[in-house]
Amino acid sequence: MEDRTILEVETVTKWFGGVAAIVNVSFSLQKGELLGVIGPNGSGKTTLVNLLTGFVKPNSGKIIYQRKDIAGQQPHKVAALGIARTFQMAKPFYQLSAFKNLIIPLYSPRVKKLRGGKYGDRDDVAIDLLEDVGFERDSSVPYKIASSLPHGYVKRLELARCLALRPDLLILDELFSGMSMAEVAGTLPIIEKLNVEGLSIIMVEHRLKELFRVAHRVMVLNFGAKVVEGSPSEVMASDAVKAAYLGSEDDA
Amino acid sequence: MRYRKERLDRGIKVRCDDVFALSSYREILYLAMPRVLPVAILLLFPLLKGVVGLYWEKTLVVTCTVSLLALSWDLMASVGLISLGQALFFGAGAYLTGYLNYAFKLSPIVTIPLGTLGGALFSTLLLLPVLRLRGIYFAIVTLTLPLLLGRFIETTKILGGGEGMSGLSPLPNIWFELYVAVFALLVCLFSFRRLINEDYGLVLQGIRDNDRAVMSGAISIYRFKIQAVFIAGLAASFAGAFMTHYYQFVGMSAFAMDYSIVPLTAAVLGGPGTFAGSVIGAFILVPLSEALRGFGTLRVVFYSAILIICVVALPEGIFHYMRRKYHQFERLTEIG
Repeated sequence: MEDRTILEVETVTKWFGGVAAIVNVSFSLQKGELLGVIGPNGSGKTTLVNLLTGFVKPNSGKIIYQRKDIAGQQPHKVAALGIARTFQMAKPFYQLSAFKNLIIPLYSPRVKKLRGGKYGDRDDVAIDLLEDVGFERDSSVPYKIASSLPHGYVKRLELARCLALRPDLLILDELFSGMSMAEVAGTLPIIEKLNVEGLSIIMVEHRLKELFRVAHRVMVLNFGAKVVEGSPSEVMASDAVKAAYLGSEDDA
Repeated sequence: MRYRKERLDRGIKVRCDDVFALSSYREILYLAMPRVLPVAILLLFPLLKGVVGLYWEKTLVVTCTVSLLALSWDLMASVGLISLGQALFFGAGAYLTGYLNYAFKLSPIVTIPLGTLGGALFSTLLLLPVLRLRGIYFAIVTLTLPLLLGRFIETTKILGGGEGMSGLSPLPNIWFELYVAVFALLVCLFSFRRLINEDYGLVLQGIRDNDRAVMSGAISIYRFKIQAVFIAGLAASFAGAFMTHYYQFVGMSAFAMDYSIVPLTAAVLGGPGTFAGSVIGAFILVPLSEALRGFGTLRVVFYSAILIICVVALPEGIFHYMRRKYHQFERLTEIG
């Protein structure tokens, strides 16, 4: 049988001083799967994203991506392998216009290779990418300076920055945080479409309702450890999840 | 009734934004003037030797040198590397050029290019381990390195030690000196401006604004930082190499703090991030400093006072202010 695993995380642990941010976490991701990661504040979700993308080195454990251990690799090397991530605090290149923001990933050696050794006209590609994430093509929005964009656009610009790399694995770190209901409703179909087209996605999210609608599987973290993993309906029904979010009766 | 200031683009600016700019002399002039006029003045100034005198012609050479250092500082700042030590590049270029001429009797035509390349390469290699540092940490290292090298030369008595190397070959003539300095400045200014607006330059600016986002864009920020430091180093090392033959001497003064602080001040005064601002800053600071020589010891007091007034009155930098005034006008509008 063909191995469809794209990512295999094996007993990864990360300490910050005396605090265990991630403890013995293992999970795997199949090609084309959308895995949701939830957990209360401080449960280690962003640290997990940082571990997967090379911004933080694990103390122990393996991160096997397409049969290669990428644990502790530098961020740009991880990105060059096709793992793109958004940042929870989206900080665009404020002084550049929206589409010029995308020139930077488009300038990477990875994109050059994927485009057959040529960079081509990056401006056109950038405008196309922005259209894919819902920037109106014929409006002035793609040309606006990034510091003047509304928050929802900034977040989607962050998404477009990832897509510019033509990733094989997309990691979204709370893409929806700070978005209005309408902005979330406009962005969710974009993610669904990307996933249907075959992109593997890990989605760290606080908006559970929207996440449960699109995720194939959901993993729950609490105090850096994996508590539950399963289908959205299983996770929703789990007592451990309620305990993690609301506190168990023993604590009370 | 309360008022507030409103800024509006001038009509001519709006007309010049599209192809109609080519419709009349007025528009073409409006677009070309800010570039053509300074270039023309720079190219004509050396011809006015009989009018302004040799002293001010020599001041032009020094001003061009400081401009090159300021441009070099500005390019490094565009990648987020704040340097307090352009003297490192200047001194490295100066000493290498001087040594090549002193020891091997090579002509300036050979030593200046070699000194430029070698000086930039040497300084870049020296800075390699600290390119990962950010902000003030990088600044401190750059501040220290030229001082360290100066003392190293003095105590080990290599490369002429404390006395330096004198009696080096002069440059062919005053015309050569003036026009090489002016051309170097113009080439550096316009190529840096071009570079920063290219896609390559966008990556550099991206590293300054948010290096994590650049890294996650599959780009090695160290490679770009190294390249930027080397390119900036070329400009500053050329300044050092050129001045070595101009003075026919190189000594510990090549690593002096002046070569770090004056260019930085020029860039900040003129408006960082624009390159043109750095040059404007240098063309104010250096001649001003010369003009104040009549005051003797009080010179530094006046100089500093003028500097403080400028920076307080125009915190955005002179170039930004001039550009705004050129393109926009202000009017009062009622509010409330």
